[in-house]
Amino acid sequence: MTPVVTKMIDRIKFSLFSPEMIRKISAAKITVPDTYNDDSYPIDGGLVDPRMGVIDPGLKCKTCGGKLRSCPGHFAHIELVRPVIHPEFAKVIFFVLKSTCYSCKRLLLSEKEIEELAAMIESEAEDELKTKTKRKQTHCPRCKAKIPEIKFIRPTSFYKDGQPMLPTEIRDWLAAIPDKDLRVLGLDPQYSRPEWMVLTALLVPPVSVRPSITLETGDRSEDDLTHKLVDIMRINQRLEANINAGAPQLIIEDLWELVQYHVTTYFNNETSNIPPARHRSGRPLKTLSQRLKGKEGRFRYNLSGKRVNFSARTVISPDPNISISEVGVPKQIAEELTVPIHVTSWNIEECKKFILSDSYPKAEYVVRPDGKRIRVTPQSRDEILSTFGIGYVVERQLMDGDIVLFNRQPSLHRISIMCHVVKVVPGKTFRLNPVVCPPYNADFDGDEMNLHVIQNEEARVEAEILMKVHNQIISPRHGHAIIKPQEDYVSGAYFFTKHDTEFTKSQACHLLAMAGITRLPAPDRKDKYSGKLLLSMLFPKELNIKVKSKLIKTKNPEDDPDALVVIKNGIMVSGALESRSYENEILEQIFHNRGAEEARWFLDTSTHMLLDVVSKHGLSVSLANYSISAEATAEINKLLEDMKREIEAAIVQYKNKTLERSPGLSLRESLEEKIMQITSRARDAAGAIVEKSMGYNNSALIMAKIGARGSILNAIQMAAMVGQQAVRSKRLSRGYRGRTLPHFKKNDYGAAARGFVFSSFKKGLSPTEFFHHSMGGRESLVNTAIRTARSGYMQRRLINALQDMVVAGDLSVRDSRGMICQFLYGGDGLDPIKANVKTEAPEEIKREEHEA
Amino acid sequence: MVSKKGFIEVGEAVGIIAAQSIGEPGTQMTMRTFHYAGVAEQVPTGLPRLIELVDARKEPKKPIMDVFLKDEYASTYEKAKEVAKEIECTTLEKVALVEEDFEEKKIVITLEPSELEAEGVTIEDVKKKVKSASNFHVDINENVITIKPSSASLRSIRRLTNKLRQLHLKGIDKIKRAVVVKGKDGKFFVRTAGSNLAALLKHPKVDGKRLYTNDVQEIAKVLGIEAARQALVNEIKQVLDMQNLNVDIRHCRLLADAMTMDGEIKSIGRHGLSGEKAGVLARAAFEETVKHLINAAVHGEEDRLIGVTENIIVGQTVPVGTGLVKLRMKL
Repeated sequence: MTPVVTKMIDRIKFSLFSPEMIRKISAAKITVPDTYNDDSYPIDGGLVDPRMGVIDPGLKCKTCGGKLRSCPGHFAHIELVRPVIHPEFAKVIFFVLKSTCYSCKRLLLSEKEIEELAAMIESEAEDELKTKTKRKQTHCPRCKAKIPEIKFIRPTSFYKDGQPMLPTEIRDWLAAIPDKDLRVLGLDPQYSRPEWMVLTALLVPPVSVRPSITLETGDRSEDDLTHKLVDIMRINQRLEANINAGAPQLIIEDLWELVQYHVTTYFNNETSNIPPARHRSGRPLKTLSQRLKGKEGRFRYNLSGKRVNFSARTVISPDPNISISEVGVPKQIAEELTVPIHVTSWNIEECKKFILSDSYPKAEYVVRPDGKRIRVTPQSRDEILSTFGIGYVVERQLMDGDIVLFNRQPSLHRISIMCHVVKVVPGKTFRLNPVVCPPYNADFDGDEMNLHVIQNEEARVEAEILMKVHNQIISPRHGHAIIKPQEDYVSGAYFFTKHDTEFTKSQACHLLAMAGITRLPAPDRKDKYSGKLLLSMLFPKELNIKVKSKLIKTKNPEDDPDALVVIKNGIMVSGALESRSYENEILEQIFHNRGAEEARWFLDTSTHMLLDVVSKHGLSVSLANYSISAEATAEINKLLEDMKREIEAAIVQYKNKTLERSPGLSLRESLEEKIMQITSRARDAAGAIVEKSMGYNNSALIMAKIGARGSILNAIQMAAMVGQQAVRSKRLSRGYRGRTLPHFKKNDYGAAARGFVFSSFKKGLSPTEFFHHSMGGRESLVNTAIRTARSGYMQRRLINALQDMVVAGDLSVRDSRGMICQFLYGGDGLDPIKANVKTEAPEEIKREEHEA
Repeated sequence: MVSKKGFIEVGEAVGIIAAQSIGEPGTQMTMRTFHYAGVAEQVPTGLPRLIELVDARKEPKKPIMDVFLKDEYASTYEKAKEVAKEIECTTLEKVALVEEDFEEKKIVITLEPSELEAEGVTIEDVKKKVKSASNFHVDINENVITIKPSSASLRSIRRLTNKLRQLHLKGIDKIKRAVVVKGKDGKFFVRTAGSNLAALLKHPKVDGKRLYTNDVQEIAKVLGIEAARQALVNEIKQVLDMQNLNVDIRHCRLLADAMTMDGEIKSIGRHGLSGEKAGVLARAAFEETVKHLINAAVHGEEDRLIGVTENIIVGQTVPVGTGLVKLRMKL
């Protein structure tokens, strides 16, 4: 059971440790620069001293008595014989040294200036301080002593008037600065005295932070941090020995410098101007700073993102027969995942059944009211049942009707994670209704998705209300449907509602039954039923729509009976549906007028019906669909010849310098511009020829026109010609000097030489055309790779900058500090989801109503 | 009218929704550049332009202006061309060959009469300008101007040459090129490469009310932050529209409002909005982790755990949406 939260973290204070504090919290003083002895037992006073906690199973922590799991670990410390500078604070130290007087240890400001600064608000004071410290002063305004010139060489060296300063000297200087002056510098002396930035005692993290790993050979391999700490200890001891032996100052300073190096790399092994400390193998060590930083660092990898239990991942495959809000979960996965059920007087009998069961829906664990978890086994079963009652929690296997979250990466928007209802199915893949593909941006070419089982009631309720699939039908991005039928469903809708589609009574009954409708309307075409009538059975009464179809087959729209989609009071009057009317108009209106549940019902039933329609109607494309007549081919060839001639003419004009110059362009650029115009005109002309030759009985063309799949451009490239290839939006030009390939003459600006592919995909490309085509293809591949990286980073920045913006009680938008960003959300307070609502019938329909 | 049901709900995490709505289509955007006829090639559009806007760069990579003219100049091409010529900034380099002669230690400027005419600059003008720009002995000979600098160092000659090449002869500073374009309404306007809002607003032949520039920072400087906010909205929306990406205007408005809420245009990223967030942990989790932690310790900073990231880090409910609601129990 989840424990009741009684305390929350309210705030976190950041500060520096004073040496006294370090010694106080230290569980052990490290005295030996080694880890384990020959019996592989931790050495007392060594770097894995058992007082710091234990990582070997079976041993006990000498501080808290806890074992491997129960001991949180305790800090220890190293006494540094000579102080060293904390490299990360060196810049702050420099700033403090520069701002204070060497003789009187006070700020280089007069008393009046200090008071002025103290009175200012923080940010202003900071700027003011910067300008004041920058000014050149030769003498202290208080004690009139000469100010020495302080130089800082990164990472840790300081010079006073050219003489190197030892950390001891710096520490003494910093220690003498009064608290009052530090406050002016922005330091909080209670929490961070500058002398604490010069280390005399080094905090050693517990072993649990730097666990050693035992290799298969039985050898121990220590963590990078432990290695670094051993280095520090070793040199620190050598320094101590040398000092005690009265070694010459030079040797002492060398060793001191070495301790400084090790401490520097211990904190940050990527410090500039310093060679990184390396492992024996030559790999740079990962020290403290590296552990926190970057994508794989503690913050982004472990704190902002967390690993979870109760989740599953596998390949997805389509299943149009389940509801859009369902997800098919393989039985194998359902058996592995569990849901906690709180036992009440209403479900106690059911829960007992789970405990007693030996097969699929069975209980895996029982949690007693005292919090103890017991695994349900044939042996433990009787014992559990003897005390079993209300207040227990049963963790049973996943079953039909359970609420889960379903997700596909990359999770670019909130509809990448939605709440589904479990449907246990055979097989090994998750099943997904193809209608929910667009929000996840999923397809079934091997995509994998993740599933998370919700573990408590509160979360379950929130997920159901906020994240349920049908509540996400309208995307907040543009206020239009994002969960919508695509491809074959659209084709089905088109064929179903075409003016000449009719069904017999038995066919009609069958289709309606597919949608679960048991009422048969009166036939509208003598004894037959039109597709429009049957589909209208799914529309709510108040549905009124009037839109132009995307596919108009005749020159004059009035001649095409399918050109105008009209739905009056829930009955389809004319027109054939295509993507716009079906996916957007109808669906969105139902969603807004009737609510999410009804919209879900419409999606489920209409897709079931249309699936049957399209499978019986039949829809296929083959090479024949992209074959055009001999006349059309001749026409295209002529078109290409004309284009070639036109380009040649332009080139001649260019060479004669009679070509008209476009404003702001050189003659050469004008030529390129002109040729690009000519080729794109040729492409459009080819499109018209192809369209004409394919005819409106061609399923490929119908699909392209109604927005189901493919485009006219695809047809042109397959049937007529592939067209102009481009790199950086320009005709191909690079490769050899003055030409793309040695097959062409130098400075040939003709179509073929500059990447125009005359062949169609069906005909096949010539070698040079193939090469040109792959030049263009290469660019688009490279661009895609760059684009994903760049847009991913942009989105991360956007999210980070805007994530705290929330609508406040007065509909203003505020960030977490309470600062107002917008006085009224979006300028009008409207929700993008609900802003496009068309609750009223189109004007024309209303007028007609009125007249009738 | 809009029913009350259409209002946004209190507590909705509109910031995240806006960020996702603008960021998600990023993968679908092209990287291609747009060709503004005649003015500037390769004006960034799509993703690069969006990043440019969000970064709040000091100047766009290719500043562009659309200068609409007062009616009397907008009717014919010739009249508009006249204004364009007037606006266009002409440098010496454009009308003359500027060469340095290191042996003789002199600079030779050879004027091109045809170019002079095209740009509408007289020889006398040039001579006067060159004279005042260089304080040395200037020799004028028909179309050739020779300057003999007194100081003999080669470096100073090179410096003077470069200065002379950029010598501003006429027109408005920063307007590198100006081309007349016929608008959709049949009237002519001038499109320029380079942007100088302040100067063009004052120009007597220009309809200042309709002046357009894509330099948002300049708008902020000249017209103020509210104008810049609106310009940002327009630019973001335009970038998305050009890619046929449908994004609700409210998301663009929120982004623009967030960028301008402090009275200056702040970039999205560590140097702008994200770098000034309240929470230490939130900043550390974004970028420059160590720097933020060190500074927090030095200043004895406190993280009050009021943001989203901070609460995720410590494992508490996030102060957004349903996480905003609290129950107070009477004990």
